[in-house]
Amino acid sequence: MKNIKRRIAFNKFWDYVFWVTGLLSTLVGLVLLFTLIVDLFLDGSGRLSYKFFTSFPSRFPEEAGILSAWVGTFFLMIVTAFAAIPLGVAAGIYLEEYAKKNWLTDIIEINIANLAGVPSIIYGLLAMGLFVYFFKFGESILTGGLALALLILPMVIMATREAIRAIPNSIREASYALGATKWQTVWWHIIPYSTGGILTGIIIGLSRAIGETAPIITVGALTFIAFLPTPPITSGFPFISFKWLFDPFTVMPIQIFNWVSRPQAEFHINAAAAGIVLMIMTLLMNGIAIYIRYRFRKKIKW
Amino acid sequence: MSVIISGELKAEVKNLNFYYGDVHALRDINLPIERRKVSALIGPSGCGKTTFLRCFNRMHDLYPHNRYEGKIILHPDNINIILPEIDPIEIRMQISMVFQKPNPFPKSIYENVAYGLRVRGINKRQLLDEKVEKSLRGAALWDEVKDRLHNLAFDLSGGQQQRLCIARALATDPRILLFDEPTSALDPTATSKIEELIVELKNEVTIIIVTHNMQQAARVSDYTAFMYLGEIIEFDKTDKIFTAPSNRLTEEYITGRFG
Ligand SMILES: Nc1ncnc2c1ncn2[C@@H]1O[C@H](COP(=O)(O)OP(=O)(O)O)[C@@H](O)[C@H]1O
Ligand SMILES: [Mg+2]
Repeated sequence: MKNIKRRIAFNKFWDYVFWVTGLLSTLVGLVLLFTLIVDLFLDGSGRLSYKFFTSFPSRFPEEAGILSAWVGTFFLMIVTAFAAIPLGVAAGIYLEEYAKKNWLTDIIEINIANLAGVPSIIYGLLAMGLFVYFFKFGESILTGGLALALLILPMVIMATREAIRAIPNSIREASYALGATKWQTVWWHIIPYSTGGILTGIIIGLSRAIGETAPIITVGALTFIAFLPTPPITSGFPFISFKWLFDPFTVMPIQIFNWVSRPQAEFHINAAAAGIVLMIMTLLMNGIAIYIRYRFRKKIKW
Repeated sequence: MSVIISGELKAEVKNLNFYYGDVHALRDINLPIERRKVSALIGPSGCGKTTFLRCFNRMHDLYPHNRYEGKIILHPDNINIILPEIDPIEIRMQISMVFQKPNPFPKSIYENVAYGLRVRGINKRQLLDEKVEKSLRGAALWDEVKDRLHNLAFDLSGGQQQRLCIARALATDPRILLFDEPTSALDPTATSKIEELIVELKNEVTIIIVTHNMQQAARVSDYTAFMYLGEIIEFDKTDKIFTAPSNRLTEEYITGRFG
């Protein structure tokens, strides 16, 4: 009896040891992250003001702002979304619902999974060759947006496929049994029931794209821009203009990079402030993704 | 076999063989289906009942490597519905199916029933309303759901969901209605409701039902086919099968000695 008790105490000791180790490891991660965020806030929050958002970059740190950077990021994300969403969703639907399962689709599948792991600078090189030199889009918003679209395309495809795979086959069979065609089944069931998962994937993809720097620099984004792209809405007919697509641009992470690489400490404050803005943008997008997932989960449970 | 059938034929299965790739799942099946009667398929698990039923609406065409041989003649058109050159969609528009587990769409009750009509391009509100009500009445569900047609179908109980699936299948005025063990996921009360409904429905539509519950076959069907290892061992009037089967295997099965 005494032996057994000792044995149990011994076993429990190891239980306890692991509990402590696990807790400490978790804390290290959390504390580090927290310190980083607090540090960023302490450094930068003083510079956050209305003026910071509405000013162009400048030689004088106190006057410099992120206007061209956040506008550039915004326009870039629009191009990225418009290119990546239809392509990615269509490819995902095709692969799940239409493609025959054979060696060719296996190869495509492996390639898409691998593409998701390709370093982002490679996408920059690809975009430069394809969009700048071949299609002659210039070092423009269009090129940058398409480069990021390529980058997140595998994520959108995979999110779409996963969301579609979550739909039970009995739903497809119910639809086909009523005489529906493949497209009717996709349009009335597959797309609506996977929208939650697809949207989540898209937003997470965009929130990755928003912080990307390497491919954007590669395709020639400028670091100092003191003007805005051409407005997409015009006063005269036809009231809409796509000239902005071909304008040069800068984005948030490049602006940050530019400021930290300056010798004056004052600029580092600007960088921290812009970092806060970028981080809040990302967190907001992730928050929206979580909310969408929650809403759709509540409505559709298989 | 056709001497057993007294009335008008709705369908005739002739030398049907079916293959899942290399798996020979149905062997030389011959079976007459009488119009506006209930024909039951019974037999132990894995004997091919589902496989056979799903030939009638060409569900096997949804998956690769499946192959049919032989004929399923649909009367009065006298066409062989398993011919590859006949579009499965054309067949599914005339032969509806109710599945083993209730599988409503995550849409409203109304939209579930209306779906088959929408697939056929019917979008007129008034016509849809009429058809939805008629089908829900036909499936003995109308009184329970008439005040909440636009609620989600998932909020219904299992038995109600299955009756909704029956309403959905009825909405398109099918010529044959296929049931694959429609009550195996339901409790006894819900089961007896569906059984009553099936007996009711045969006034309007020809029914083929798969069941592993022999009492159910005895209660609802006019004809019964006993299947074993992909073959039809015996086919007869239901009374005859359950009182005086002529095959030893059938007798062993219905007396519960195997299966
Ligand atoms: N998709 C499939 N591929 C290969 N074999 C299958 C497939 N579906 C069913 N089978 C086989 O066909 C036989 C009949 O199955 P099934 O029709 O489902 O039987 P039941 O409905 O009578 O239980 C079984 O032996 C089963 O293993
Ligand atoms: Mg079965």
